[in-house]
Amino acid sequence: MADKKRSTPKLDELEKGPWPSFVKEMKQAAEKSATAADALGILERSYNDKIGHWKHGGIVGVKGYGGGVIGRYNDIPQDFPDVAEFHTVRVNQPAGWFYTSDALRKLCDIWERHGSGLTNMHGSTGDIVFLGTKTPELEPIFSELTEAGFDLGGSGSDMRTPSCCCGMARCEWACYDTMGLTYDLTMHYQDELHRPAFPYKFKIKAAGCPNDCVASVARADLSIIGTWRDNIQMNKDAVAACATGGKVDIGKDVVAKCPSKCMDWDGKNLSIDNGNCVRCMHCINVMPKALAPGKDRGATILVGSKAPIIEGALLSAVMVPFLKLEAPYSDLKELIGAMWELWGEHGKNRERIGEFIQRVGLGNFLEQIGLEPVPEMVTQPRTNPYIFYDVKK
Amino acid sequence: MNDINEQQVAEAMYAMVKEYHGKKNLKAMDLTKAMIEKFGEACTKDLCKAAIRQLMDSERCTYSYVGGSYIVLPPEKK
Ligand code: SF4
Ligand code: SF4
Repeated sequence: MADKKRSTPKLDELEKGPWPSFVKEMKQAAEKSATAADALGILERSYNDKIGHWKHGGIVGVKGYGGGVIGRYNDIPQDFPDVAEFHTVRVNQPAGWFYTSDALRKLCDIWERHGSGLTNMHGSTGDIVFLGTKTPELEPIFSELTEAGFDLGGSGSDMRTPSCCCGMARCEWACYDTMGLTYDLTMHYQDELHRPAFPYKFKIKAAGCPNDCVASVARADLSIIGTWRDNIQMNKDAVAACATGGKVDIGKDVVAKCPSKCMDWDGKNLSIDNGNCVRCMHCINVMPKALAPGKDRGATILVGSKAPIIEGALLSAVMVPFLKLEAPYSDLKELIGAMWELWGEHGKNRERIGEFIQRVGLGNFLEQIGLEPVPEMVTQPRTNPYIFYDVKK
Repeated sequence: MNDINEQQVAEAMYAMVKEYHGKKNLKAMDLTKAMIEKFGEACTKDLCKAAIRQLMDSERCTYSYVGGSYIVLPPEKK
């Protein structure tokens, strides 16, 4: 039992109301852990001082690895000695975030033995995040994790732990095996994951369909988003059932909301001009029994999104409109290799690949990585004068 | 073309990290580019990767994070 109980009137406010509260969880952890108690205390202090008291970085990690541990310290250690060091440990999550209860217990036991007991399941990279430990605990944590079959994830200027939606394991819309691909990329790029060698971080996220449940288009330098090349599959009986079921107004809820206005409904027949469908998934999401992605499935490869850290936020842009993603994923790996080679050599320190493309220009970037320009790469292909492509294709 | 091995590249990298210690933080790519310039084409990026791994596994060098990731001397060797 931790012997210190800190007064936290401001944080206590966050426990009120019917919703779950992180404060309640932290207080529970503080019953057993002095580190968790001080973490609560310094947070209350930050609310009072209106300033964050954390700083991060430095030389901290496990032998041989340059990623997986984020050194964290506070600037008032005299007041909060149990969080003078409060390092974060990132643990590579299983693809799709599937665990057995036994694996979860093992993870939590390791963390209660060597850290604050506080976890973040999962961080924005997708990793299991262990919050708050001291430098001497890092090697023991690492060896116990590896014994339990886990490894550290990425941090710093490396390939961050690739993550994906649950894909074919649970979702009928998955246009490729997101979990298979993520596992394959994680194993193939172990060196890039553990030994930072890039100008800055590089995130890979794999979504099985354009619903993009992992927000890859906004949060990954390489966004792999499932799509299809042929027509949307339609079950006419299910369309009729939808029309008479009373829950969906096909004209109002589906056709009128199609962003490319490529659907038509005459009260009996639903038709889709598939050539103009932009694969937004809206109609499929509203009528899941009647409509489904086509059968010729693969993924669109997009590059360049990032959150606003050094420069402003970017969304990923199309690099390859369609790729049949099948193991061993040689085409994708070739593309990744070409991009890393160019960005690695010419990227500035702390320049994400999306910013690099903006700086050198998309045309130059494509030429250097050996990719042919196609209209899908630019938002307004008919008006952009900088990208040249063969209009006949 | 000169023959060059992992050990030689690792030694040259280590010397460079030592020389720049306290003056400039070096990234993996800074070391790689310097080695390719020093040893020529025989020194490939894969060889540089292996040399960096050797320096890390032997604990002669370590990674630090100051905004980005750098290769530095471990604290006790400074
Ligand atoms: S992104 Fe698509 S395939 Fe993946 S879980 Fe979401 S809806 Fe399903
Ligand atoms: S997927 Fe989107 S664009 Fe395509 S037909 Fe359905 S609503 Fe229209």
